[in-house]
Amino acid sequence: MAHDAALDAGHALHPETTTGIDNRKLAIWTFIGSECMFFASLIATYLVYKGKSLSGPTPAEMLQIPLVTFGTALLLFSSLFVVLALNGAQRGNRRQLIIWLGMTLVCGAFFVGMQVYEFQHFVHEGLTLKTNLFGASFYLLTGFHGTHVTIGVLWLATVFVTALRGKLPPERAMNLEIAALYWHFVDVVWIVIFPVVYLMKD
Amino acid sequence: MATTAVGHAPTGYAPHGHAPKTGLWSWITTVDHKRIGILYGATAFLFFLIGGLEALLVRIQLMRPDNTFLSPETYNQMFTMHGTTMIFLAVMPLSATFFNFFIPILIGARDVAFPRLNAFSYWVFLLGGLFLMASIPLGLMPDQGWFGYANLTSNQYSPGLNVEFWNLGLQILGISSLAAAVNFFTTVINMRAPGMKMLRMPIFVWMSFITQVLLLLSFPVITVALIMLMFDRLFGTHFFVPASGGDPLMWQHLFWIFGHPEVYILILPSFGIISEILPVFSRKPLFGYAAMVFSGIFIAFLGFGVWSHHMFATGMGPIADTFFALGTMLIAIPTGVKIFNWIGTMAGGSLQFKTPLYFAIGFVAMFIIGGLSGVMHAVAPHDLQQTDTYFVVAHFHYVLFGGSIFALTAGAYYWWPKMFGRMLDEGLGKVHFWLMLVSFNLTFFPMHLVGLLGMPRRTYTYPAGLGFEIYNQMETIGALLLGLSQLIFLYNMIKTWRKPADAPADPWNGATLEWAIPSPPQEWNFNEIPVVHSRDPLWEAKRERGGPLPEPAKVSGAGIHLPNPSFWPLMAAIGVTAIFTALLLIEKFHAVGIIVAVAFFLFSVFKWAFEPAG
Amino acid sequence: MAHASVTPGEMSSLAHDEHTHPGPGLYVKIGLALFVLTALEVGVYEVAFEHPGNALGTALRSVFVPVILLLSACKFALVAMYYMHLKQDGKLLSGVFIFGLILAALIIVGLMLLMAYHHAFARLH
Repeated sequence: MAHDAALDAGHALHPETTTGIDNRKLAIWTFIGSECMFFASLIATYLVYKGKSLSGPTPAEMLQIPLVTFGTALLLFSSLFVVLALNGAQRGNRRQLIIWLGMTLVCGAFFVGMQVYEFQHFVHEGLTLKTNLFGASFYLLTGFHGTHVTIGVLWLATVFVTALRGKLPPERAMNLEIAALYWHFVDVVWIVIFPVVYLMKD
Repeated sequence: MATTAVGHAPTGYAPHGHAPKTGLWSWITTVDHKRIGILYGATAFLFFLIGGLEALLVRIQLMRPDNTFLSPETYNQMFTMHGTTMIFLAVMPLSATFFNFFIPILIGARDVAFPRLNAFSYWVFLLGGLFLMASIPLGLMPDQGWFGYANLTSNQYSPGLNVEFWNLGLQILGISSLAAAVNFFTTVINMRAPGMKMLRMPIFVWMSFITQVLLLLSFPVITVALIMLMFDRLFGTHFFVPASGGDPLMWQHLFWIFGHPEVYILILPSFGIISEILPVFSRKPLFGYAAMVFSGIFIAFLGFGVWSHHMFATGMGPIADTFFALGTMLIAIPTGVKIFNWIGTMAGGSLQFKTPLYFAIGFVAMFIIGGLSGVMHAVAPHDLQQTDTYFVVAHFHYVLFGGSIFALTAGAYYWWPKMFGRMLDEGLGKVHFWLMLVSFNLTFFPMHLVGLLGMPRRTYTYPAGLGFEIYNQMETIGALLLGLSQLIFLYNMIKTWRKPADAPADPWNGATLEWAIPSPPQEWNFNEIPVVHSRDPLWEAKRERGGPLPEPAKVSGAGIHLPNPSFWPLMAAIGVTAIFTALLLIEKFHAVGIIVAVAFFLFSVFKWAFEPAG
Repeated sequence: MAHASVTPGEMSSLAHDEHTHPGPGLYVKIGLALFVLTALEVGVYEVAFEHPGNALGTALRSVFVPVILLLSACKFALVAMYYMHLKQDGKLLSGVFIFGLILAALIIVGLMLLMAYHHAFARLH
């Protein structure tokens, strides 16, 4: 119960809301609901145009499972790490917070690095945005996902810096919780993209 | 019980600085939902007049067969800008005026959940509108229709920057709407006064809430479509280029998956306004409150399943046609429920024939006509005759002007005293109404007939001898008179402005919370957050008292916490606009321009995030 | 910010936190489950496509899409329910997410059906 009290402490500072949920938390979930439609449109376009390219490289020829599996693992573990960081923040365990948030950032940065490497490799192999419908829809979908990851890394890095400065006590843990929710969403989108684009490249 | 006029600082003000702020800087940094509402209203009304001018130019061109008043190219630009302006820069922000001013008050709150984000939404809207308008002096007005069908919008057929103004302008405006939708969704769910259960909220709040859900779910789809078009035009992809396997039909699907919910976004707030006005001016509670709520929810839900009724002529096949035709017919049912409930509200009521009621009744009548022509469109084979003719133009103007504009005007007359402390002139209001009603019907009713005779849409002229002339002449005369009616409204506003701001808190014997606070309200809305026990809290209070309530006291506001004003929402909005301007000018500034703009945007966001919200 | 009395919002907020927050141990277990599920996904893919002629591979190929979608749905649910805390949070947040998800899924399926028919139709004419 004592540790719950520390976790509960965060709520006292915020103004009372009708549902008891912090406004920012409700807002980020609302935004996530909206983003589902954004990625749905990109995924739908990818699937509609799959197999319809008139020429140029196909998914089967280009997509490399091993590299992307590694990236997928990175992103999944980063979700674990950010949850551990949040747990640390809520308990006032600064060391746990900083180590695991740092690890999250490392994973996130590596994922972005992997995507950049993959894109560069594909361009070298002859697949650009302009090459065919596969190129266009693939780069748009994974590129926008990668952009979301980058924004997530920036956001978490900002929270990381406030944590380093000692400005993330348990009462302010919500700041990390919201960033983490966004991060998990970005991970969850990849959980869909990985099988739909890569494993089903046929 | 003397009320202090706006602008006077009463004695005994707290050192927190709750004196009404004046001056340009106070408006630039405002985070007060009421001021933001007024900013939306003034800006939107100005855009509405511009959109009206564009329509008048169209109508003058169509007054005679084989007319040469406008060239075909200019004509295309006029109807494109008219549609785009009216939908995105007039009707939506006019609704936002009332969302902003009244949602917090109607639910018993002091402000929205995120006041700075609210200000950001306004500034992005203003800058997005200016971005679009910038095309006018540059002679680069968009000319591809407000729905921008591919592959007319491809580089091959639209080589200039015209499409970019439209595409990038809409993306900017989308950001404004999305931010506002997150804000109002959170506000309605999370900031209701004690006792204000969801099923006690005013219908205007319900309809606006549903509108936010529609915005959240539909805007991302058009954003993706616009991004794909942008990539086609700027970065060489072929999403909509047939020669490379792209499919223009994909544009239509993505556009209308947004576009159909969009029309409900345009009308639901108006449904809400009418549902507020009719009970007050019938001295009778709204008939069938729950049915009104659930029909609104049903309409929104179904609205995502009917989009291809805009595409019956594209050869989707009989199964798709049937599915969408049935869905469209089905959606008439909850709409009909609302109409019967409005009529049921008035029936047996003690009708107070003031200007808001005139416009509200006008709304019901015009919307019925618009709805009927809509149901005719639902019948797919019949639509093949009607589509792309003036019959469609008649339909959507009846629901959008006869519907939304009549309702928004009703809302303006109804809520003007609360917003500005002055009553709009009743005499002028009635002249405005009758002129608007008659000229509106003169303009748009003949379009049903000339459309069925075969006059096509979006065509800059027509030959003589087809029998179109008489209808077009009536429509043009009607349009000019319609413009005159707006000038009368404008005159009413100006004349009213000169009066002292001494309107009572409750001039109409209202039922809802906004009439419990001064006209105009003090910055913090309520001296004490109310506790709500019913759907019509003010009628309940007056019943308990046995008579009208006394004028609410004005207090100093000491001890009431208000959010700090801020400069950063405007800066962030400039950042957003800068990013899209860099994209517009990508040929000149390449990636550097975008990077600089993004950096400025991020800088503004960081400053915003780290300043105390207060 | 001292309050003279507890408002309804505060009360529900305090009541809400009487539940126990999961400890790190559970999170690590979920992480391992996610890893295993991913390995399974890739494993199914490998057997189905990288080793043709194998009887198991042929069988998996015929049910490939449903199996892969099921595995990824499990991962999705684990992250949403445990990492994103939906299991403990109120129904509202789940509702907001699930509504968007369902609509998203319907749009994807709808578009695929409509465009597939359109392509087939166009080819015939």
